[in-house]
Amino acid sequence: MLIPFFYMLREGGMKTSITELLTLLEAMKKGLAGQSVDDFYFLARASLVKDEADLDRFDRIFGAYFKGVQDSLADLTQELPEDWLRHQAELMLSEEERAKIEAMGGFEELMKALQERLDEQDERHEGGNRWIGTAGTSPFGAYGYNPEGVRMGQEGSRNRSAVKVWDKREYRNLDDSVELGTRNIKIALRKLRKFAREGAADQLDLDDTIDKTARNAGLLDIRMVPERHNAVKVLLCLDIGGSMDDHVRVCEEMFSAARTEFKHLEYFYFHNFVYENLWKDNRRRRSEKTPTLDITHKYASDYKLIFVGDATMSPYEIVYAGGSVEHWNEEPGAVWIKRLLNTYPKAVWLNPEPQQRWDYTPSTKLVRELMDDRMYPLTIAGLDEAIKTLH
Amino acid sequence: MAEDRFSGTSSYIATDDLMMAVNAAVTLERPILVKGEPGTGKTQLAIEVASALGRPLHEWHIKSTTKAQQGLYEYDAVARLRDSQLGDDRVHDIGNYIVRGKVWEAFESEQQPVLLIDEIDKADIEFPNDLLQELDRMEFFVYETKQLVKARHRPIIVITSNNEKELPDAFLRRCFFHYIKFPDKDTMARIVDVHFPKLKKDLLREALEAFYKVRDVRGLKKKPSTSELLDWIKLLLAEDIPPEALRGSDSRKAIPPLHGALLKNEQDVHLFEQLVFLDRRTNPQ
Repeated sequence: MLIPFFYMLREGGMKTSITELLTLLEAMKKGLAGQSVDDFYFLARASLVKDEADLDRFDRIFGAYFKGVQDSLADLTQELPEDWLRHQAELMLSEEERAKIEAMGGFEELMKALQERLDEQDERHEGGNRWIGTAGTSPFGAYGYNPEGVRMGQEGSRNRSAVKVWDKREYRNLDDSVELGTRNIKIALRKLRKFAREGAADQLDLDDTIDKTARNAGLLDIRMVPERHNAVKVLLCLDIGGSMDDHVRVCEEMFSAARTEFKHLEYFYFHNFVYENLWKDNRRRRSEKTPTLDITHKYASDYKLIFVGDATMSPYEIVYAGGSVEHWNEEPGAVWIKRLLNTYPKAVWLNPEPQQRWDYTPSTKLVRELMDDRMYPLTIAGLDEAIKTLH
Repeated sequence: MAEDRFSGTSSYIATDDLMMAVNAAVTLERPILVKGEPGTGKTQLAIEVASALGRPLHEWHIKSTTKAQQGLYEYDAVARLRDSQLGDDRVHDIGNYIVRGKVWEAFESEQQPVLLIDEIDKADIEFPNDLLQELDRMEFFVYETKQLVKARHRPIIVITSNNEKELPDAFLRRCFFHYIKFPDKDTMARIVDVHFPKLKKDLLREALEAFYKVRDVRGLKKKPSTSELLDWIKLLLAEDIPPEALRGSDSRKAIPPLHGALLKNEQDVHLFEQLVFLDRRTNPQ
């Protein structure tokens, strides 16, 4: 019985493995699931879900599977398949009720209105008379008493508390956790590590101890060295706002991974292109700016410079004085990036835009030329390449 | 095994799903990984499981410098070198210089123990991978003495994580998983009740009201959690604050008294003050 469920989880995008299914079966064999659906749900969740970001997905699939609705794997609140709704509605409406719907403008009208409200609504709703949800008088939702209502989900289970548990979808807002996928990025960033010994001497230096002991006529002379730390220094400049909004997530992942991986990490934001000022706090970008010259003076040239940006803008923003979209810049951005590159010879530009689109944007070509072709896509493979260049 | 069921203790309220996850881990002798907001009682869980089931508890707290090997054993080469210099007899047996780690201690336990691996995400990214074999087979090999250490009783392993690093899939496959979600008001009232049994009903109601109001403020950097609520109630009791003082809506000072226990950074306090100010302007008394 569980094998179709298992495949449904996998189709739904969860990385559930056979080991985990076997664990669940073993637990059931030992009688842990007991008699109640609730217990089974909790047990299945504890053994099959390994990340809180997947909890919501699991709840939906569990609900769908155990209600026999097999084709609703899509996000239930966002993309309800119209066929399914129609099917459900037709199943549940009596002749009399259908006549009433006709009175209201017909099925098409109802579906149209439903689609509109689904677009407006983005959270679960209970009570009330407009939103789609439960126990209300809106025409859409469950447990309602509007005769022309479309009942959505949970039919025939009103008196079983079990269904509600996963139907609550309490884990929704965990679905977009930033930490997703950073492991891969961290593994890639590791290659940039350069170890150096700094700080307190707390490790035994075996070779030196043997050497010194031998010179000391066999009397023990213990030598200690500091532990090795990642000593690579990184200066990260991130493009923010505007066309970068589409790439916020991948940039957050990159940033979050870099922040934990490097001890010496400095970051600054820019908008579209670098000019005479950069800033650290995007909310206070107008008041708290850091002059780019100060940055080049403060951080020595052994810092590795990484730009993250889509390099998509008007070419004027790069080559002309006053080209910036935000302020009057006395000198063109191209001059500023040259200054930065002169100070930091080890530099790359990571571009979240797909590589095949680069050639269609003149500004991307321009930035690539300025960077001496050191532009890489913000993917794991691109990151690998970029790090090779930085070495 | 069947009688070993965990159902919370007199000082720890466990929800049904948490109980199920713990019981599954106990019955199948697999590790359980617990995640959740800071302050929702992840570490406490292991302590309570041990006391509820009457098992010895071994705690292994992970730091950023902890290596997996340290949990198994360490070979103290320096001590042996020193002893050889001083002509100590102990030097002939290498076993004298093997220092046992927490995992070994747990494996040697007479009774099935509870092993807490606290904040596994603090360690290096490879740390969980280095423990796969040990957690799976519950055995490891000591190279210095050519000895295989096998668990007498497979310990109940509770692992906590604050999600600072993502854990490898191979590691996750071997664990049960539970995410402690933030308790709803009813559960919270029960939790407060086991900690402060004599708390007056109206103070509890007002405190919870104020607490959830603070938690609902959008944009807080650090939302107050259960442990902060408990600290705050403790403070309220110590200062003998009357319930009326907590009612933000009609008092001039709408910030809850002693808010330092709930809001832990000055940006949050500032944000909260601003919101209260705006609220008072839009709804004047």
